[in-house]
Amino acid sequence: MQRNYEVMFIVRPDLLEEDMDKLITTLQGHATTAGATVLSAEKMGKRRLAYDVKKFSDGQYVLFVLQADGKAIHELERRLRVSEPVIKFITVRTDEEKQRLDKIRKIRESRVKRPPAGATPAEAESPAAV
Amino acid sequence: MADETQEVSTPSPRPPSGRPDGPRPDRGPGGRDGGRKFFRRKKVCKFCVEKIDDINYKDVRLLGQFVAERGKIVPRRLTGVCTPHQRRLTAAIKRARNIALLPFAAR
Repeated sequence: MQRNYEVMFIVRPDLLEEDMDKLITTLQGHATTAGATVLSAEKMGKRRLAYDVKKFSDGQYVLFVLQADGKAIHELERRLRVSEPVIKFITVRTDEEKQRLDKIRKIRESRVKRPPAGATPAEAESPAAV
Repeated sequence: MADETQEVSTPSPRPPSGRPDGPRPDRGPGGRDGGRKFFRRKKVCKFCVEKIDDINYKDVRLLGQFVAERGKIVPRRLTGVCTPHQRRLTAAIKRARNIALLPFAAR
């Protein structure tokens, strides 16, 4: 079953730019071979960590947005755990949240459409009052 | 509920001065009034008012407003956030802590 996931991970701060790109492409390759489709891979830049992780107080954040099944995610997580420059990662399932947001947006849109219909009678009334 | 009782009790000591303490911060962390005679404006949920549907763990700027100095999540009674939003907010803050965007405990 294909689901939407976000995988965010922190790479050690002293990793060079080209090594970083190499790491990202290899991880993307691993993800696709495991059966996931990588929708986007974004480098979020260097950031100060809120607490020390493996004695680093800074880290480079990377965000993968993917569509995958549980097995592929499991494999990707294993790779992340094994790869040395990655110091921390988190996987978040986003499809349920997205569904909820779409629903809210739909409701909100249908509400936005209604007020103009309600506003015109109000405008018609006000000249009569004056 | 507590706000309403205070509002009602306000007119009895000083009837005309209903709104002299207007500039008082109406919400936010630590927005506790000293005495109970003060008029306190009703706190409103930031997420409901600004129509923020998505409380994302990546949005540190937003989450940071609901985290106290030491890294604690500020309770609803201080911030005025409604229950459903507080629930999502809590989940988001905990996620953000997990990936070192927010501290578990700041020294």
